[in-house]
Amino acid sequence: MSTLSTSAHRRLVAAAALSLVAFAFDSPIAMAAEAAAAIPAAAAPAEISIDNFTFGPNVLTVKAGTTVRWVNRDDIPHTILDKQRKVFRSKVLDTDDSFSFTFAAPGTYEYFCGLHPHMTGQVVVTP
Amino acid sequence: MTDRSDAPDRNDMNLLSCAVDRRGLLKCMTWAGTGVLWTVAGGVPTSLGLIGDARAQVPATGFSFMQISDSHIGFKRPENPDAIGTLTAAIDQIKAMPVKPSFMIHTGDITHLSRDDQFDNAQKIIDSAGVPVFYVPGEHDIVDEDAGKAYLERYGNGTKGAGWYSFDQGGVHFLGLVNVVDLKAGGLGNLGNEQLEWLESDLKGVSASTPIVVFAHIPLWIVYPEWGWGTEDGARALSYLKRFGSVTVLNGHIHQLMQKVEGNITFHTARATGFPQPAPGTAPSPGPMQVPADKLRDYLGITRVDFRQGSRELAITDTALSAS
Repeated sequence: MSTLSTSAHRRLVAAAALSLVAFAFDSPIAMAAEAAAAIPAAAAPAEISIDNFTFGPNVLTVKAGTTVRWVNRDDIPHTILDKQRKVFRSKVLDTDDSFSFTFAAPGTYEYFCGLHPHMTGQVVVTP
Repeated sequence: MTDRSDAPDRNDMNLLSCAVDRRGLLKCMTWAGTGVLWTVAGGVPTSLGLIGDARAQVPATGFSFMQISDSHIGFKRPENPDAIGTLTAAIDQIKAMPVKPSFMIHTGDITHLSRDDQFDNAQKIIDSAGVPVFYVPGEHDIVDEDAGKAYLERYGNGTKGAGWYSFDQGGVHFLGLVNVVDLKAGGLGNLGNEQLEWLESDLKGVSASTPIVVFAHIPLWIVYPEWGWGTEDGARALSYLKRFGSVTVLNGHIHQLMQKVEGNITFHTARATGFPQPAPGTAPSPGPMQVPADKLRDYLGITRVDFRQGSRELAITDTALSAS
């Protein structure tokens, strides 16, 4: 019982921290500070960098409700869309442009670049 | 218009037979950046030597056309801060030719980001050559909000699907194909079933002795899958072309010269006018390649194809922008 409630409590804290993360999205410094203060375990990067035609990290694991931000650091444009073309699709991202998507539902999301489809990655969303 | 003096020697000509493995490809690339004229008869290419010698052997009967590719208007990164200037230089080379080409083909990536002003700028420069232009889109030409609407509004008239079509000119059957739409995760370029069925039926009425020229943005053969350089279902398209005596496949996308001959089919990729890209496997990624500013125009250029009436021969000549 106590384990369960502790775990439920943790989830609540995590959810609160994540909503803060989403809320503070436009201010990365505030975002990092809030996340670190609330729950160190959630400090995993919710950013995916596009560098040299690769997504890094290639597999990103986040908790449900997390907003993931892709940043194009290549000298060439890319787009982001999920493998089934049903969940998300970015506009074309020129150098330094970014695209954000909030993952509400748990699951494994495979995605790729619509211009260079050999570029693939995964976001694993845990409850 | 003579090309640079670093043309390959006789031994390099053997590289035409290079295999499609990585080592072979890298060997093939060693003659990229040079200007050589090839004639293709019955699928067997013969080098006629340097452009200056070869031109004399191309008779006035027949016709020629230009291939330009990958102009990437809108690109302003350090690898080429002036893509407008290099496209203009390419068109100026064409205007200066003693024998005007009958038309041009553009094998895609006209623009960098499919923006109206980029299409406008490209068209203004290209149209100044004063010859008809046949386009196929690159993946950079269909990244507008409506995924290709901007391209089709400009160049889609009389085309099918995402912009494919065929036409006849001087006894040669031309096919403009689109292999940049509906790309699949983890995959390469893609023609799709609808286009392939159209291709098969389009070719039904064409006699086997008719020379065929196919042009599309991404190479139809598998050049380097690690970088996505190839077309997933290209082999099916090529299977429809097996019965023809002379097939020439002209592509862009990889921003460098590459040529391969397989049976009756000659594959050739053109230089870009936008910016150079590295040879397969020689860089961490296929992104734009930085070269010294005074060398940039060695890596950019245009392609001329001469067709000799009745002989089934096509002669392909690549010229760097730095050639005068």
